[in-house]
Amino acid sequence: MNTSNPYQDDRGNNDRSITREGGGDLPYPGKGGAAVPAPGGPFLAAENMTGGYGAADILHDCTLTVEKGQIAVIVGPNGAGKSTAMKAVFGMLNLRGGHVKLDGEDITALTPQDRVAKGMGFVPQTNNVFPSMSVEENLEMGAFIRKDDFRSTMEQVFDLFPILKDKRRQPAGELSGGQRQQVAVGRALMTQPKLLMLDEPTAGVSPIVMDELFDRIIEVARTGISILMVEQNARQALEIADRGYVLVQGANRYTDTGAALLADPEVRRTFLGG
Amino acid sequence: MDFLNAIVALLNFVVIPATAYGAQLALGALGVTLIYGILRFSNFAHGDTMALGTGFVILFTWWFQSMGLHFGPLPTALIALPFGIVVTILFVLGTDRAVYRFYRQQKAAPVILVIVSMGVMFIMNGLTRFVIGVEEIRFDDGARFVINAGAFKAATGLAEGLAFKSTQALTILTAVVVVAALFLFLNRTRTGKSMRAFSDNEDLALLSGINPEKVVAVTWMISAGLAVIAGTLYGLDKSFKAFNYFQLLLPIFASAIVGGLGNPLGAIAGGFLIAFSEVGFTYAWKKVATYVLPESLAPEGLAQLLSTDYKFAVSFAILIVVLLFKPTGLFRGKSV
Repeated sequence: MNTSNPYQDDRGNNDRSITREGGGDLPYPGKGGAAVPAPGGPFLAAENMTGGYGAADILHDCTLTVEKGQIAVIVGPNGAGKSTAMKAVFGMLNLRGGHVKLDGEDITALTPQDRVAKGMGFVPQTNNVFPSMSVEENLEMGAFIRKDDFRSTMEQVFDLFPILKDKRRQPAGELSGGQRQQVAVGRALMTQPKLLMLDEPTAGVSPIVMDELFDRIIEVARTGISILMVEQNARQALEIADRGYVLVQGANRYTDTGAALLADPEVRRTFLGG
Repeated sequence: MDFLNAIVALLNFVVIPATAYGAQLALGALGVTLIYGILRFSNFAHGDTMALGTGFVILFTWWFQSMGLHFGPLPTALIALPFGIVVTILFVLGTDRAVYRFYRQQKAAPVILVIVSMGVMFIMNGLTRFVIGVEEIRFDDGARFVINAGAFKAATGLAEGLAFKSTQALTILTAVVVVAALFLFLNRTRTGKSMRAFSDNEDLALLSGINPEKVVAVTWMISAGLAVIAGTLYGLDKSFKAFNYFQLLLPIFASAIVGGLGNPLGAIAGGFLIAFSEVGFTYAWKKVATYVLPESLAPEGLAQLLSTDYKFAVSFAILIVVLLFKPTGLFRGKSV
């Protein structure tokens, strides 16, 4: 969090008996603008995004597009701005240039919360579950904005991740890393999003669990949900990708289908380790 | 017979008063722990919210009494309680709107909110004294006892009397009902779950479409309600004195921290632990000891570990021991 605001300076206080750490970074809703109709173009078109957290830009003219039901994967070296690009798509970053369009609407001015209502589902890399709440309650909270009956969606999530059904009464914080990721993805699916964004869904899980998660992600895409994913395991991710983006220093370096990027000797040599 | 007398004396002087006091502390600590869990700071104004709320209840009680309204054997304050709660909730929500909301929108560091709550505390403290005065006020009416010491002695033939004040019975009963209702609310209702979600992971709660302003408002309302109930029960049981509630802040915070800040179950356990320790350390055990021990071992002094003037030192000592050895509290709290 930036500390240019004097109210955010805690003057080195570490006393946990009077204050509690871990407040959110997101702005409270109600300050965003409105969506503007912008027909045509890909399903998700985040084009020419330029911006960063502070004075310096992290993203430079970065473009990401996803078609309906496709999987797009962002790969690149550490510090390339992969997660930042995704946060920009989700509205957690102030853009100085460029725009984000979803399903024929320009949503650049919307807050993250409003984007959820427009059909974006976001799974952060860390802190992506409610740890003290049960699996079932996590899913329920995912469906908070829905006023209709969401039990059938919950059944779909349980069908997709059968282990969650067995552990529905267990607090999400007590689950293993892989199971927790499943809860996180399930929670995002509860709003029935049109676009699911995953920030390194396989970070910190075993290779077997990783393959399992990728299989599930393909299954989700087959139901018509577009997927935008940042991945550290570039090779495996590109194998399932309809579209791959290699970012370097906040700018697009290579853009092609996943298979083509895997076949490109230049990409292989520089980013996939031979 | 001596053994029975010892048990009755123990019940009369330790168990019953400590249970009632513990219930009052638990209700107060629940409010503190909810604010800490959801708004992420320790609300120093909680003690004075209790005082102010109880002040409103007393004003309503006097008004009802002047109209000749009575609640049979129960204290009139019980009818006045809902009115006092509503006025206090409005006052607290107004404070939130006028003071806290600005800092929330600035995403102010929690430590700044702590200091802000101190400012609110001073204002509330002054307001309470201004409105209702600094003198001791007794506002309990209706039946005094559920079990009368004299009648108990006559009925059982024991040397020791057992007194169970109606305010104590009322305290314990109300606490049970309120706590049960609170837990049902937090675990079963949509709003309650959204409060827990907000406390667990603020960003994810926002991403799920939970309205933070609503969560904050409901938290303030529950906390104010609990404060008024706790304050009124304390005032009925002992007596109302504006400054007493300010002093209650220490045992209340001790209860919340000992149980584990942010954990409602911990707040209740902490309340009773602090209450029983305070009463246990300051009770003169001579009487009970004389009944159970053989004559040669009977204590000569009062067998009182601490003078009652030092009762706050007990909660302070427990607080420090817990913070040194188990800073997250006995139950897993949200701190650290």
